[in-house]
Amino acid sequence: MSYLPYALAVWLLVVGLYGVVTSRHLVHLVVSLTVAQSSTYVLLLAVGYRKHATAPIFKGIPLGTKATDPVVQALTLTDVVVSVAVLALLLAVAVQVHVREGTLDPDEIPAVRG
Amino acid sequence: MSPRARIPLFLVSLAGLAALLGFGVAGLPAFGDYHGPYGLVLNQVVLGERHTTNVVAAVVFDYRGFDTLGEELMLFAAVAATALILREAREEEARQVLDAVRSEPVRLAGLSAVPVVVLLGLFVVAFGYLTPGGGFQGGTVVALGLLLVYLAAEHRAYRRLTPTAVVDVFEGGGAAAFVGLALGALAGGLAFQENFLPLGKIGALTSGGSIPLLNWATAIEVTAAFLLLFGEFLEEVMVERGR
Amino acid sequence: MIPLQVAALVLVGAGGLAVVLARDLLRQALLNSFYGLQLVVLFLVFQAPDVALSALAVGGGAAPLVILATLAKLRSREERRR
Repeated sequence: MSYLPYALAVWLLVVGLYGVVTSRHLVHLVVSLTVAQSSTYVLLLAVGYRKHATAPIFKGIPLGTKATDPVVQALTLTDVVVSVAVLALLLAVAVQVHVREGTLDPDEIPAVRG
Repeated sequence: MSPRARIPLFLVSLAGLAALLGFGVAGLPAFGDYHGPYGLVLNQVVLGERHTTNVVAAVVFDYRGFDTLGEELMLFAAVAATALILREAREEEARQVLDAVRSEPVRLAGLSAVPVVVLLGLFVVAFGYLTPGGGFQGGTVVALGLLLVYLAAEHRAYRRLTPTAVVDVFEGGGAAAFVGLALGALAGGLAFQENFLPLGKIGALTSGGSIPLLNWATAIEVTAAFLLLFGEFLEEVMVERGR
Repeated sequence: MIPLQVAALVLVGAGGLAVVLARDLLRQALLNSFYGLQLVVLFLVFQAPDVALSALAVGGGAAPLVILATLAKLRSREERRR
């Protein structure tokens, strides 16, 4: 039971990769990639958790209270915001593929020319 | 290789990957059994060294500020690339489309929520280094508050509220201010991105040295980046609607 | 581990599977926003309020808008081609 969060991270990555490989529509592929990305957030936060600890904010809380790790939270929070910009970029590329090739099926899109 | 033959091969390799990851993850300490040492040191030391009560904000803008610089430039690059791709292939400008929301209660409720959401976003940014919040979170909330104008009223109102020239300047300005503050420390003889302003009283808005300035630079850049992103995607939809 | 954490972990696992297995794109976009909300609860239960705030702002507003705008554009292009 104490390894459940790590197992969840592996599960989310596996499920996301399955969605990416067996996808038949580029937008479905990109959203499955989002699921695979969220596995890293879960893993990072699970590594930084301390039993019976509170959040690392010390306003009104005396110094020395048990708190979770702030470094992994800092890494994860910037990651979450930037991932949406990358999602938008991937979707813009998907729209361009539809304009050029007329289809969004990964199996039918011909290889890159030139 | 045909698609039919690809799937079993993929499932076999996926099982192998899952087994390898499971083996790797089993070597971690049990959940909740945190050994540190950086988290333990930071939690003890930040309040005295930087006078900010939000340790995560101090880590984001001060102790690991270099990573945040990289993330901000990543955001800038992703938004610039998206704008480039979408503007390059756009065949025409969106004509005047009458897509105004016609239901009066929806307009009233939506538009009266806009200043509330924007104010909430600014509050999250302003107190980001004292209580949970910060430039990234608050910047997104402010951008969503301005997007609410499109959802409650019409696209033309959103366009007029966020003209591309102004938003571009704010986005570039925010990123430049962040880099400028980091380089300014270098020019003053300190290390790159070192905290160079006087630390104030703990719990006051003027605490933290240069953390509030970096916080606001990030908030401006994130808000402008998201407004630009939303504007480009909505423009694409409106071009189709006008045909 | 407290039961709330176990419940949040199980729900996130089920939510991720649901997002990947959804074949209708509109349904997947809505499931993705719901999955974002589940992630927010998980982050909060892991005592990470800053991360929960950013995941809420992003998964509640920015990501659904970008996905739905793309779907709207693709659908009107498909309808125009026919």
